[in-house]
Amino acid sequence: MPRRSDITSILVIGSGPIIIGQGCEFDYSGTQAVKVLRELGYRVILVNSNPATIMTDPEFADATYIEPITAQSVAEILRKERPDAVLPTLGGQTALNVTMELAANGVFEELDIELIGASLQAIEAAEDRGQFKELMDDAGIATPRAHYVRTTEEALSALEDLGLPVMVRPSFILGGGGTGLAYSAEQFDEIVSNGFAASPVGELLIEESIAGWKEYELEVMRDAADNAVIVCSIENIDPMGVHTGDSITVAPAMTLSDREYQEMRDDAIACLRIVGVETGGSNVQFAVDPRTGRRIIIEMNPRVSRSSALASKATGFPIAKMAAMLAVGFTLDEIVNDITKATPASFEPTLDYVVVKIPRFDFAKFPSVDPVLGTSMQSVGEAMAIGRTFPEALQKALRSLETGRLGLGADPTEHELESVSDDDLLLALPVASPVRIFEVAEALRRGLDAGAIADATAIDPWFIDQIAETVGIRHMVETNPNDPEILRTAKRFGFSDAQIAYLWKTHEADVREQRSVGSISVTYKTVDTCAAEFAASTPYFYSTYEEESEAPPSGPKTVMVLGSGPNRIGQGIEFDYCCVHAAFALEETGYETVMVNCNPETVSTDYDTSTRLYFEPLTAEDVLAIVEVEKPMAVIVQLGGQTPLGLAGALEAAGVPIAGTTPDAIDMAEDRERFSRLCTEFGIRQPANGTALSAAEAHAVVDRIGFPALVRPSYVLGGRAMRIIYSIEELSAYLTEMYGATPGGEVDLSRSPLLIDRFLESAIEVDVDAVFDGVDLYVGGIMEHVEEAGVHSGDSACVVPPPHLSTDVVAEVRDITRRLADGLGVRGLLNIQFAVQGDDVFVLEANPRASRTIPFISKATGVPLAKIATRVMLGESIAELQASGVLPPTTPDLPYTAVKEAVLPWTRFPDEDTMLGPEMRATGEVMGLGDSTGMAYAKALSGAGHKVPNEGSVFLSLADRDKPVGAEIARTLTDLGFKIYATHGTAGNLARHSIATTHVDKVGEGPYDPLRLISEDRIDLVINTPAGGKARGDGRLIRMAANRHGIASVTTAAGGLAVANSIAANRLADGAVLSLQDHHKAILQ
Amino acid sequence: MKRGLVALADGTVFEGISVGVEGISAGEVVFNTAMTGYQEILTDPSYAGQIITFTSPHIGNYGTSREDDQDDKIHARAVIVRSLSRVASSWRSDMPLTDYLAAHNTVVVSDVDTRRLTRHIRESGAMPAAIGSDVDSRELIDIARATPSMSGLDLVSSVTTSETYVTETAGERRGHVVAYDFGIKRDIIAAFTSRGFDVTVVPADTTARATLALAPDGVFLSNGPGDPEPLSQPIEAIRGLLGEVPVFGICLGHQLLALALGATTYKLPFGHHGGNHPVQRLSDGAVDITAQNHGFAVDLWTLSGSETPVRRGLADRTHIPTGIDSPFGLVDGTHHNLNDGTNEGLACRDIDAFSVQYHPEAAPGPNDARALFDRFVDTIGDLSAEAQ
Repeated sequence: MPRRSDITSILVIGSGPIIIGQGCEFDYSGTQAVKVLRELGYRVILVNSNPATIMTDPEFADATYIEPITAQSVAEILRKERPDAVLPTLGGQTALNVTMELAANGVFEELDIELIGASLQAIEAAEDRGQFKELMDDAGIATPRAHYVRTTEEALSALEDLGLPVMVRPSFILGGGGTGLAYSAEQFDEIVSNGFAASPVGELLIEESIAGWKEYELEVMRDAADNAVIVCSIENIDPMGVHTGDSITVAPAMTLSDREYQEMRDDAIACLRIVGVETGGSNVQFAVDPRTGRRIIIEMNPRVSRSSALASKATGFPIAKMAAMLAVGFTLDEIVNDITKATPASFEPTLDYVVVKIPRFDFAKFPSVDPVLGTSMQSVGEAMAIGRTFPEALQKALRSLETGRLGLGADPTEHELESVSDDDLLLALPVASPVRIFEVAEALRRGLDAGAIADATAIDPWFIDQIAETVGIRHMVETNPNDPEILRTAKRFGFSDAQIAYLWKTHEADVREQRSVGSISVTYKTVDTCAAEFAASTPYFYSTYEEESEAPPSGPKTVMVLGSGPNRIGQGIEFDYCCVHAAFALEETGYETVMVNCNPETVSTDYDTSTRLYFEPLTAEDVLAIVEVEKPMAVIVQLGGQTPLGLAGALEAAGVPIAGTTPDAIDMAEDRERFSRLCTEFGIRQPANGTALSAAEAHAVVDRIGFPALVRPSYVLGGRAMRIIYSIEELSAYLTEMYGATPGGEVDLSRSPLLIDRFLESAIEVDVDAVFDGVDLYVGGIMEHVEEAGVHSGDSACVVPPPHLSTDVVAEVRDITRRLADGLGVRGLLNIQFAVQGDDVFVLEANPRASRTIPFISKATGVPLAKIATRVMLGESIAELQASGVLPPTTPDLPYTAVKEAVLPWTRFPDEDTMLGPEMRATGEVMGLGDSTGMAYAKALSGAGHKVPNEGSVFLSLADRDKPVGAEIARTLTDLGFKIYATHGTAGNLARHSIATTHVDKVGEGPYDPLRLISEDRIDLVINTPAGGKARGDGRLIRMAANRHGIASVTTAAGGLAVANSIAANRLADGAVLSLQDHHKAILQ
Repeated sequence: MKRGLVALADGTVFEGISVGVEGISAGEVVFNTAMTGYQEILTDPSYAGQIITFTSPHIGNYGTSREDDQDDKIHARAVIVRSLSRVASSWRSDMPLTDYLAAHNTVVVSDVDTRRLTRHIRESGAMPAAIGSDVDSRELIDIARATPSMSGLDLVSSVTTSETYVTETAGERRGHVVAYDFGIKRDIIAAFTSRGFDVTVVPADTTARATLALAPDGVFLSNGPGDPEPLSQPIEAIRGLLGEVPVFGICLGHQLLALALGATTYKLPFGHHGGNHPVQRLSDGAVDITAQNHGFAVDLWTLSGSETPVRRGLADRTHIPTGIDSPFGLVDGTHHNLNDGTNEGLACRDIDAFSVQYHPEAAPGPNDARALFDRFVDTIGDLSAEAQ
């Protein structure tokens, strides 16, 4: 059936902020979907609270609502827009959950709105474990064997049936208490008796253990005519027991025979039919017992997912776009395969290459957790690589991760494992961790038994052998310096020049030279869905070392954009957004664009975002090789965050033209000495600062600049490196903690000099994003942070227009921005962070590149700054852009307020102190728009998932310095009718302001123990600001308790006041919603 | 490591490493795009006379297992791969592929830029090639040039059984099928025996009279290698069977049925060899993903006497010819390939005979089309029930 004409408007639900487990893959999916639905002529309405997404760009939908994805606000949008249909399958779990809630509230029925993509029944059947198991069992698709038991006798007979090991799960318990895996009869007896005690109903589920089984995923598409295809099979290298998001995964599946694969395929398609996914893409997960081949189904997601984004990038088959088309009535055979243009989408892609995805972790930011992988996802990003073989793809993926590794070992970091004994290495192998793959390689390098390694890790022996073969090549390289044949073989196994240089104890340039002499040059192959069976025009390439290269001849007007690599905390979707905008702007102005990136979750790695896509690691070797083929007239390095900036030097040295601001100017901004000289020269104030190479020097610097001081090592050594220090004692403790004391008590700072800045207390932090062309400056926006300076800008909320800055301060901020832009020689973007103390304006840092706030400020003001900057980098002037109407004459005055709020991963890390500080830990952001700062902030808080109460009780405990603001917070909240619980000092202070409070005890003492109040649900909001430098103690316990109980918790006074004001504003709100397009229209009026 | 070479008749040479037995082997080089099932492909008699290039880069990962063999021997002349696994990782494996290839005396070249080779075949067509080690590339090109093309070649006589044999069903007996062995795969025989039918496998040159003398409930025309046109004896036999007994054909069997009905066949530029071919059924538009392995195709339009319609855009099922007159009554095209619009199936309206170009038995490939066996056995089962 072709396009449905009985519906004309569709609401698409996005996935909200980037959180662990729900990354920017849903922007990629959603963008594809809204694009195609509009092309098909539907009116598209979009809701998503995340401003850093491409899908929320105002031109992508007819009406874009940057609103919280809650049942309440989506219902409001539905009532206003009255769409014919809602498409809930593209916004991850968030969209499914809100859809189920809306359905339960009867909203769809009330408004006569149809769900397309997946019916409510299908969503419920897939989401409800019990129902799903029953459906699968009925259809003869195996699920884990299990018995419910109520007596010890029943438990023993269950054990007899299942055999050890078994999983014991008490029924109706919270948080997994009493659950355990029994490997022996003794363990079983103990777990069972504890389990009966733990279960309130005295019931246990005894289930066969599938830990260590092989794990697979199939991406299935099904259309309304019941045609079904498997787009991609994915095999996890890490076995069952490691979350698939945290596993190294490979596509296609490598170790299944045809018989087994086809049976799995049959089950997957049957599963979609039984669950009732009538149209669209679903992900079905299986576990296979490596000893017997027994296959069981684990779960299915009736929606596009992280894996489907990976599958799309791995195959070239755009799952989300197809899912959207199928949802509006098309069948697969009616859709043209975009890649061949001559064959339909009703086929199964076949791969003549191997894809490896490796997750990226940021454990150093979260000291409360061990870097051990388990069933709960902890990774914050991922890199994907394509190679002709598994070893090549694996090594490319490892160097794409940017964790300092050059590939699978053969790099300086491998020395870390040298001192580990063979026995310890074998003991470490069963523990899944981010470094296990290197441990496996090291064990093989030492000649430890491959079978023992496979047993210890439960990694399939085929993968172990492939790694062994790679390690064998490494040995050949090591023992045959400068052998051209071995060099060629090594390149075909994915070794980087840097690895070979390390093994040959020479320079990378020397290896490159030897390759050139031996004519060992890189070739590019096309990702074409069909293993070359049909001619393809896909502009999607990966590098390998083969005989034939398929890269097209370079065009005359080509610009290369370097992406930002895997997401990590501090470098996320915002930078990909900027890169995508550059590609769009270049295309609009007649350039051919070449995108280089290795992050499968992103819009930038969609093959139709740029003219040509190279899915490649962002290393100097890989990028220079593409430059050689594409011969770009300019390379853009200032939009993808630190990753491309780190390559600018190597590119420039190789004579590659860099677009816009020169690497030298970038260096001037990053080099503290050079930047300080520049500021002095221009009479621009910076906080007093200094650099210390020894403990004595550090003491001398703080003597000069005074406390509090912000300290950090110039090279991050791991952990939470940046800290605010209030005393000499704290400084000494910090130095020992960071650098480790020598036996003589001395601390060696020479490896990484300590940077020390005077910390400006109670200063307002301000962010500015601007574009400079050498003559004119366009200020994109001046953003005032909610939290004081000292909280990392990525973790703090910010507001535009700035509510507390005087006209004079704003003028001075603009003036300094202009002078620094000029002084640094900026061509393109400039971000400056200021601290404003009273009327004094200090520059904290300047970054002549895209900042994290570009998407937010672009959305807030309706001016696409990254696009403007791209055109300026390539030579257009701001005056020209203004004359042609592309850019407004001045920064728009906003008739509304926009707030950006950071989203932090505390629910994933329940033992982490939620206190905000100078080290960034946010994974994503949301935006709130409203008539007042309070209203906009309320929406941002709601969008970020904070359950800010409208009434109830608040717990207040403030550091001395915050007590003046504390009175204002308390007054606002008591006026709103809140009951206030306060700690001793805070209560006394508030009493002096005639504010009545209930006095609470210290933790563990007395009836008013704050932890007990929290656990008894007697507190609805916690405002707790830590006293200077002391992160430990009661405050920490209180913040963690609030986090565990899902109670909104604020750790800064300024944040507390903003929350109090937002509650006041929210009380008055009428719930009305306005689209981004309508907001922007109001600017012009 | 010993250098191995692949030389094509057009003079193109590809380098790799010789990993199989010593020697030189020649045949028509084709590529197969399946990502699993190398063992079934290697032992499929339809590959007689051909050199197989696997586009999937890693071959041999899960070893080999006797139960996956489609015949006793490897029929392919030689094998070209990107990477051959050193180990076999599967609970079912009884021999690593390296040993299996050696045991079957197969010439193998590994580490070849198989994608370049595939693109070359796609552009220039399947062509004779020679592969080997310890040989000069010019010599190898000459060998390739001296190798005959597949067109007009009778390869069936080299793979068909010399003796008639019977495989009995293990279950409750529903009937009896005579299968013409043009290069039959074991999973096809299993598809009948598992459905309650005894299968009498007969040589390709068995006459209609001899077949009918076996009193079959139905006759099956198997897959097989190469060009159907030279197979005049089987075509004649089929003509003798049509209308007498229900007939079902697969692959070469489909082409032979078409020829018996008076249609023609032609050589495809590089054939269909893989497990991802979308085939659409005319009756309801349903699409199956199918396993395919053929270098020739059926043209039903020649039978209709009208011009083959020119295709614009995606394959269009209104382009499937139906209701064509033949000496055996009306014939309908029933299926077509959505990739290139080629014929994938036919059925006679007035007699019990139908056939498909693809492989419903899969092995290797998707099981989407398995129901075709049910359709056939249900037809003949009903007929034999009526007869009793």
